[in-house]
Order: sequence, then C-alpha cells, then structure tokens
Amino acid sequence: MSIEAQFYIDRGDFSLDININIPSSGVTAIFGASGCGKTTLLRAIAGLEPDCQGSLTVGDEQWQSKHYSLPPHKRSIGYVFQEPSLFSHLNVQENLDYGRKRSHSSRSKISLKHTIQLLDLGHLLDRKPHQLSGGEQQRVAIARALAVSPAMLLLDEPLAALDMLRKQEILPYLDSLQKEFKIPLLYVSHSREEVAHLADYLILLDKGRIQATGSVTELFSRLDLPLAYGSKTETVITAKVIGYDKEFELNFLDFSSGYFSVIGKPLSLGSHTRLQILARDVSITLEHQSKTSILNIFPAIIDDMRNEGSAQITVRLMIGTMAILARITRKSASDLGLTIGLCVYAQVKTVALLS
Amino acid sequence: MLTENDVYALWITLKLASITTIILLIIGTPIAWWLAKSRWRYKFLIEAVIALPLVLPPTVLGFYLLIALGPHGPIGGMMQALGGQSLAFTFTGLVIGSVFYSMPFVIQPLQNAFYAMGTRPMEVAATLGASPLNRFFTIAIPLARSGFLTATVLGFAHTLGEFGVVLMIGGNIPGATQVISIAIYDHVEALEYTQAHWISGSLLLLSFFMLMMVYAFNRRFMVVRT
Repeated sequence: MSIEAQFYIDRGDFSLDININIPSSGVTAIFGASGCGKTTLLRAIAGLEPDCQGSLTVGDEQWQSKHYSLPPHKRSIGYVFQEPSLFSHLNVQENLDYGRKRSHSSRSKISLKHTIQLLDLGHLLDRKPHQLSGGEQQRVAIARALAVSPAMLLLDEPLAALDMLRKQEILPYLDSLQKEFKIPLLYVSHSREEVAHLADYLILLDKGRIQATGSVTELFSRLDLPLAYGSKTETVITAKVIGYDKEFELNFLDFSSGYFSVIGKPLSLGSHTRLQILARDVSITLEHQSKTSILNIFPAIIDDMRNEGSAQITVRLMIGTMAILARITRKSASDLGLTIGLCVYAQVKTVALLS
Repeated sequence: MLTENDVYALWITLKLASITTIILLIIGTPIAWWLAKSRWRYKFLIEAVIALPLVLPPTVLGFYLLIALGPHGPIGGMMQALGGQSLAFTFTGLVIGSVFYSMPFVIQPLQNAFYAMGTRPMEVAATLGASPLNRFFTIAIPLARSGFLTATVLGFAHTLGEFGVVLMIGGNIPGATQVISIAIYDHVEALEYTQAHWISGSLLLLSFFMLMMVYAFNRRFMVVRT
C-alpha cells in the first residue's frame, strides 16, 4: 500500500501546496512550527477540509481526484484530535463502540479487547468522559480511533493538551501501537522530543510547503535544516542489542559502523532500540585518547560545519556511514584546525535510550 | 369553579400548544441547524425574520395572518380553490398563527445549542464512519438535548399565553377557537372574578413549574440570545 497526496489550498493569508509520498508503514511525523499547515495536511487526508483541491491515492483506492472527494465517513482512517473530543453523552464503552459498529473495514479487525488491554482502559469502561483525567480521555480517544480497524491512524498532536506527566504516561502506549497493530501512523507534532521518540520518517513543513522528507536519523543530522539549530540539537540512531556486560551493567548496541556501550538494565538480545545523542555531549579530538573516562570513541570524518550563534559551531561527523552532530566552541574548532574532510575522533559522553 | 366553556378553552389551549410545539420542533430543528452552521452572508436576514415575533405587537402579526389566511388572502384563497375552506376563524388557522408567533422561542434555543456544540463532535463522528444524517441523530441531537428541553418548554408555554394573534385570526368562538387567555378576558369583562382567579392562578402555577424545570436542568439559560 502506498499513500500519495497532492494537495492545494489557497486561503489568502495561508496556502498549502504539497506533493508527497507517505510511507505505508511505521510512524511518519509531520513536523514544523505552528501555522505551517501540519494540521491542515492531516485534515485534508481525512477529508475534513472541503476547500482542499488535488488528489489522494491510498493503496489502490482513489480518495480524492479533480472532480471527486470521498466523504470522510467512507475513508478508512482513525483520527485522534488534539483534544480528546469524546462524546460527552456516551460512556467509555459506548464511545469505543461508536466507530467499531460503523466500521466496514475489510482489513483484519483490530480486536477491541486487545486495544482496551493495551491502553489500559478496562477499569474505565462504565465511566462518562467527564469522570476521566485528561490522559485517560486521550487514551480512550486513541482506542476509539483504532477500533475502526483503519487503514491508517492519523494523530494531531495528541499529547499537546497534556502536561508533562500525562505525556510520559501516553508516549509508551503510542510507541507500542505501531509495533502491535502494524498500521501506518501519521503523527502531527511540533515537539522534537516526541518526534525523536516515535517517528521513523519525517515530513518537514514550512509555511505550507514541504521543506524536506526523509528518515528521522537522516533529517536530524542534516545541517541545512532548522532541526540542527537550537540548544537541544541531537542525533537519533537505531541500533541492535548485541550483548550485555553483567559486571559493569553495560549494553552493547551495534550500529552500522561500530557499537555503543550504554549503561542500564539488560535489553533483549537482537532487539532494535533507539538512541539519542545530544550534540553538546559529543566532543572532538585529533588523536585517539586512551586515558579517558569516555567509553564511546569512534574514528570519524568531518562532513560539514555550521556556526551556531557567534561562539559555537555544529559539526557533522561521519562514523562510517552514520552521521552524528557535535556542538563545540568556535575557539576549539579553530585551535584544532577543524576543516571538512579532516579525520578526527568523536567522543560520545552520554547516549540516552529512547525506547 | 370552571364552567364547561372554560374546560373547553383549556382543552383547546393545551391541544394548540402541543400541536404547535411538535410542528415547531420538526420544522425548527433543520432551520436552527442551518442557522447555526451556515456561513451564508445574508443569514442575518433570516435570523431577523424569525426573531420578529419577539418584538412585533401580536395584533400586527395577527392582522397580516388574517389577511393571508382569509378567503381573499394567498393561503386562504388557495385553500378555497382546492375545495377547502378559508383558514380564518378555524383551529387550523390558530395552529398556523401560533407556529409563527412561537417560532423564535423554539428556534433560538436550538440554534444556540447547535452552535455551542461546535464542529468537532460531528467531525469526530465522521472519522468514525457515521454518515451526515446518522451523526445528526446520534451526536447532534443528544448533545443538544438541553436546547431541545428549553425549546419545547418555551414553545409550549409561550403558545399557552397567546392572546393577540388568536383574537385576530381565531375570533373568539367558544368550543372551537376560544383559548384560555381569552376566556380569562371574557370573565373579567363580565365581572366574574372568581372564575378569572381560578384560571389565572392555574396558569401562573403551570408556567412557573415549566420554567422551573428548564432552569433546574439547564444552568446557563437565556430566553433571548444576546
């Protein structure tokens, strides 16, 4: 199944003009500043923007063409809005049943029982929406959208209305959704933290236009995109668990060109895990340091450099085929004589596990 | 206590109020929905027409209805051409008059309720596979239930107290078009204060109980939208 969208909306002060191929598996994040058209794009896919022109093909079904638009209730989607928007006159069970009863999806049914279990809603079924916390309401909204057994799940900043604690509560559920149900997730967000946690693929939007598309690993490490600027610049890497050192409680995580040693509880061998490396936790040396407390040191080649403000510089380093970003002072860069193409050593002080 | 005529008048009044309210709920719901959701530029024209009975002297409304419903008016004339009778001074005429007279009291609460609901619940229902008509009945109407309660009670109560319009188009035919408010007037005219007291007192209590119900169920309630 492939999802091809070509949309055009003109509203005077705002216009959307995009042409994209959305991966039909995994989590795709639509990322950008407020007002860049993220939500509008998602709503257009759901058929909720009547003034949207263009075409939309999902698998072998034409959802929109020049003279035709499939009404929203006939599109096989699950939609989670920014606010939970539960039906206040129905209890949780009835909310969950509303879409399931009307679903005529030919796809393999997602079991409601399983969804209720996964999102931990069993004890809430008899309650009315106003008796639930914000986090609980949003979990019900996610389960309700899934119960339709949709061809894809569209999520419009489902965590934005929640406080930090509730976000931490829901993130793991979202993470497991994709793994459990194998349906593509299209996720609108303006939080790079959520994107780093969840997304495999990224669509960067700016003022209604597509700025870049690609894997999270690739786009987060590109210096020509706004993602590389700001204090929380990071690289996201997927690595495979290849071993564990019991004595020092270290996991060994293999990436394409080496392995990281990361402290923590043992991870299941052979599983894939997502790592986050902050640019400010990466330092650069010209020679291999052997007498150092840093465990993760890799030979690297300087691929690109960009100034960050007036005192700092962001350096893109290639460790084999993998790129990571380092944030150092301009003085250090100058003292070390860093230039593009130079062979150096990247010292990674902290590696955080995201999943 | 109540004379036979008074009982008739009460019966006609209750019948008139019930039929009027039912008709208004049926035709008022789609109009209210359209008014709440439409972005048509000249919507205010329709809104003003519907609100007219709030400010128009009932006799004025009654006068025009009398002309329209009478044998030479467009509606009455058409009825006669079709083999029926003119609608002036009939119960049907009273119903038509009351529908116009009480229209804002039914449409405005419904319009407010539909408007307050916003577009989100209907969008959610659409993404969950509900067709437009299906989501109107399963989402919009249940969510607007307090609006429906208000509309029903106000439409009913307002028709109960109708005087001017009825007098103009219904005449005052005991047992056919005489309603309770006119019966009170007749009693007072005839200096039968005991009867007038009995009926007035009952109407006062009835109106109070109906409004009390509305206020008890709806915390935020206004007769006229501001």
